[in-house]
Amino acid sequence: MEILKLIGVVVVIIGFAIKFDTIATVVIAGIATGLVAGMTPMEILTTLGTSFISQRTATLFVLTLPCIGICERYGLKEKAIDFIRSIKNATTGRVIFIYQAIRTASAAFSLRLGGHAQFVRPIIVPMGEGAAAAKYGELNEETTDVIRGAAAASENYGNFYAQNCFMGASGTLLIVSTLVEQGYDVTAAQIALWSIPIAIISIVVGFVRTIMIDKQIAKVAGKESENK
Amino acid sequence: MTFAQILTEVFSAIIGIIFALVGIKALRDEGAQKKITTAAFWFVLAFTFICGYWLPKWITGACIVLMALLTGIKGVVQSKSDVPDHAEVRANADKIGYKIFIPALVIALGSVILTTLGSKVPALNWLTSNNCICIGGILGLIVALLMTKAPIKYTVIDGTRLMDNVGVTGILPQLLSALGALFTAAGVGDVIASGVSAIIPEGSKLIACIVYCVAMALFTIIMGNGFAAFSVITVGIGIPFLIAQGANPIIVGALGLTAGYCGTLCTPMAANFNIMPAALLEVKNKYTIIKSQIPVAIVMLVIHIILMYIFA
Repeated sequence: MEILKLIGVVVVIIGFAIKFDTIATVVIAGIATGLVAGMTPMEILTTLGTSFISQRTATLFVLTLPCIGICERYGLKEKAIDFIRSIKNATTGRVIFIYQAIRTASAAFSLRLGGHAQFVRPIIVPMGEGAAAAKYGELNEETTDVIRGAAAASENYGNFYAQNCFMGASGTLLIVSTLVEQGYDVTAAQIALWSIPIAIISIVVGFVRTIMIDKQIAKVAGKESENK
Repeated sequence: MTFAQILTEVFSAIIGIIFALVGIKALRDEGAQKKITTAAFWFVLAFTFICGYWLPKWITGACIVLMALLTGIKGVVQSKSDVPDHAEVRANADKIGYKIFIPALVIALGSVILTTLGSKVPALNWLTSNNCICIGGILGLIVALLMTKAPIKYTVIDGTRLMDNVGVTGILPQLLSALGALFTAAGVGDVIASGVSAIIPEGSKLIACIVYCVAMALFTIIMGNGFAAFSVITVGIGIPFLIAQGANPIIVGALGLTAGYCGTLCTPMAANFNIMPAALLEVKNKYTIIKSQIPVAIVMLVIHIILMYIFA
């Protein structure tokens, strides 16, 4: 029964879906797959171990942590906040777009700068809502939801689409180690280079999206003032 | 053993030492829960990085099973870190200013420049891509220490603090490529490939690109994790239907993972990106962020398919 070999895929899907411990899920999936395919426990351990050792490269990002940690202690996040706060006279969409651009650049340089808790809630949302309130007066809940959703989303776009531009990013290293393990000789520098187009495109898409957000705000914020 | 390999082992050992220091931090934390199992996890991981290369590989395999056991019983937790005090950080920020971004630029640009150098100058061929990331990290650290005049001890304090923040999932990429290797050894890729071959007409690169990118996104939506989807879908679809047919592995790989992230934007399974922030921002509907992201995710997925079709 060839199809039984997919048990590992099923284990991964279920394990991640029910939020079972990720490390344990992956290891169980591997062992189950090996057993179904008729490998001996020793062969399974050897295959796992060999690949784990040759793919230690996927964990190289650890060597960048002491530097980033010290920079954090000496004000990395604070200076980013200072910079964002210095933006004046922008529309809500523009504030959110500028944040996405900064987040994209910081992800590409592996600065762990963003964060919904550290940036979006305390800085971007108040600035975005302030800009809208200056234009439309007191904001209704529908408007604040649009602004908050878009602000949180901009954090995710910047984070996701740009992180692989950094050679030492764990996603970049995952791509390298997966392909090398399968016999294709690719390097982190090549993957990082070919991750740049998507990062740039995501900024362009974000720009268009925030123009739409400004229009949407005009619509939902204006709606209530008509009712008044 | 070449010089490049020796260097790689040295860097692996340094990473191993960082892991061991996280374990020691847990042991020293008086109030910590589960400190024995937490420390055990980090020490076993450190052991595989420092000694694994020189020992029979089944030993590392057994270590992996042991680590999975420790995380599976929820035995690994964060221990107390020396978190910088807010006023102290503010004062530091005012003193140093925007220069604080320089060390990070040194890491990113340094590793790129060194890699380029290594690929151009034969005598420097030990400057492999991977070694350069490590050298970049160390150069950045030196610049940071010189610039901030921080006491050296913060290398350990802040390094272990961040490592503990990243936590056990930091080894997930490495573990997933090991899973990919097992899948290949067991023939899982072939099974998926034979199933998918029913929908991909032979030689149709466009349909192969669509199936690969959409499958990446869908698997990520189901699992909530693009990394896990990447190893399964790339082994099962990306390699047999694109790379083995002559597509460029660099472009397929680079675009494949971010195609998966289009799925991350659409799924409540990625709770820490999409659902928890909604609570944090006090929005009415917990799907507000996902709703805002879906149009962008769809546009980006289509762009991924087009780029892969044209360039790969």
